[in-house]
Amino acid sequence: MALYSEKVMDHFRNPRNVGVIENADGVGEVGNTVCGDIMKIYLKIDGDIITDVKFETFGCASAIASSSMATELIKGKPVAEAMALTNKAVAEALDGLPAHKMHCSVLAEEAIQNALNDYYEKHPDRKPS
Amino acid sequence: MMRIYADNAATTKLSPAALAAMTPYLTECFGNPSSLYGEGQRAKEAVEDARMRVARCIHAAPREITFTSGGSEADNQAILTAAAIGRKAGKRHIISDPVEHHAVLHTLKALEEEGFTVEYLPMYENGVVKAEDLDQMIRDDTCLVTVMTANNEIGTIQPVRELGAVCRMRGVLFHTDAVQAVGHVPLDVEADMIDLLSASAHKFHGPKGTGFLFTRTGIRLEPLIRGGAQERGKRAGTENVAGIVGMAKALEDAVASMDENGKKLTALRDRLIRGLSEIPHSALNGDPEKRLPSNVNFCFEGIEGESLLLYLDDHGVAASSGSACTSGSLDPSHVLLAIGRPHDVAHGSLRLSLGEDATEEEADYLIETVKEAVNYLRSFSPVWRDLQAGKRMYIL
Repeated sequence: MALYSEKVMDHFRNPRNVGVIENADGVGEVGNTVCGDIMKIYLKIDGDIITDVKFETFGCASAIASSSMATELIKGKPVAEAMALTNKAVAEALDGLPAHKMHCSVLAEEAIQNALNDYYEKHPDRKPS
Repeated sequence: MMRIYADNAATTKLSPAALAAMTPYLTECFGNPSSLYGEGQRAKEAVEDARMRVARCIHAAPREITFTSGGSEADNQAILTAAAIGRKAGKRHIISDPVEHHAVLHTLKALEEEGFTVEYLPMYENGVVKAEDLDQMIRDDTCLVTVMTANNEIGTIQPVRELGAVCRMRGVLFHTDAVQAVGHVPLDVEADMIDLLSASAHKFHGPKGTGFLFTRTGIRLEPLIRGGAQERGKRAGTENVAGIVGMAKALEDAVASMDENGKKLTALRDRLIRGLSEIPHSALNGDPEKRLPSNVNFCFEGIEGESLLLYLDDHGVAASSGSACTSGSLDPSHVLLAIGRPHDVAHGSLRLSLGEDATEEEADYLIETVKEAVNYLRSFSPVWRDLQAGKRMYIL
């Protein structure tokens, strides 16, 4: 069996939502270069909806695929749904990740949460009570 | 699409000549060398003939060659033998260096837990140790110096003859893990003053699962595997006859064409180094000249090695990296860290190890494909963006 599922390889080869959003409403970055993974997520939010999302990733193929899949899962979705996205959901959507690569999906979850926290910091009035 | 296997430091393809030499010992000459009847004796003769030929390739005597399952076993046995000899003499100090293969490093760790003291030679940016450092570090209770002939990751060649001379003068056993060197660069256990040497067949187009340990006459080998009289009781277990025969054939052929292949590969290696050096914020790892003719190892800033390897695989290139993600551990290559590469760039390393049949056309394809891969991965790397924006300082 190959190291990665076809889905992981597809998202690695053709990552969705790659890039930067200028004047993003929320930006989240997690990881560090010492451990070898950095993920950055940019969000555009209109009302309650994530209208656009982009990512940049420094890391292995599963880190790139996890960020790509995570952006697909939250694009066009309500903020609350994005906030509830779990690393497990990301990994499952990729048809699984090898055990020692699960932390890549955790990074994706954390990057999105960081970006949403950044959004709430900029717009405290929109924070759900 | 072109397909280039550029990971010959990991393993090599079995040569057709070695396969042809092996086949009879997997089929009609299947006898056990320990058996007294004809079939067994023919197998025994093949093993002894192979021993003679392997010995000749490194200027050793046949009885100084012990066949093993490969390089790791030979490393373990060499080190544990020297430790056993040291223990009897009350000498429990060992000198090595930080870029050894884990077969050496982990064996030394085990000895440390048993009360041995292990010290490591200073490592320099070019990945080469110095004999004068060794001379300074040898103590009255030093029982072993173990330094590899050539490094498996960055290809640097150590000054084995100078190290051997220091050890000989100071009366200390000298082991060298020559797994990457045997069959690729000249080795002479006499002139190089080597007491113990490890080698592995599949690194020079022989079969996997076969290697040998050279042990200078007078050194009593400590068996790791007990239970039979094979290999003069120093390595029990029915001999891998076909493997041993294949190894001898592959080694003879490798030694016969070493000069020619070395010249050709060195030219290709330097072509690759020149081409890859054009990538901005990249650096060659290891000494540019004191290195194996087949080895190219670079760090590229702002990218990670595992994704680089998968991109290359998709584009026809099989290569290797010292990235943590390729090893299943959290730390990148201990070799790159030891020569002073910070974690940040050690994750973005690439090793290309050429085969003797490599061509200029392939070298140029490798250069172009690696350039594309690095550009592609940098195009969405937040680290690269920060470097370019001046928010992070370039290391390379």
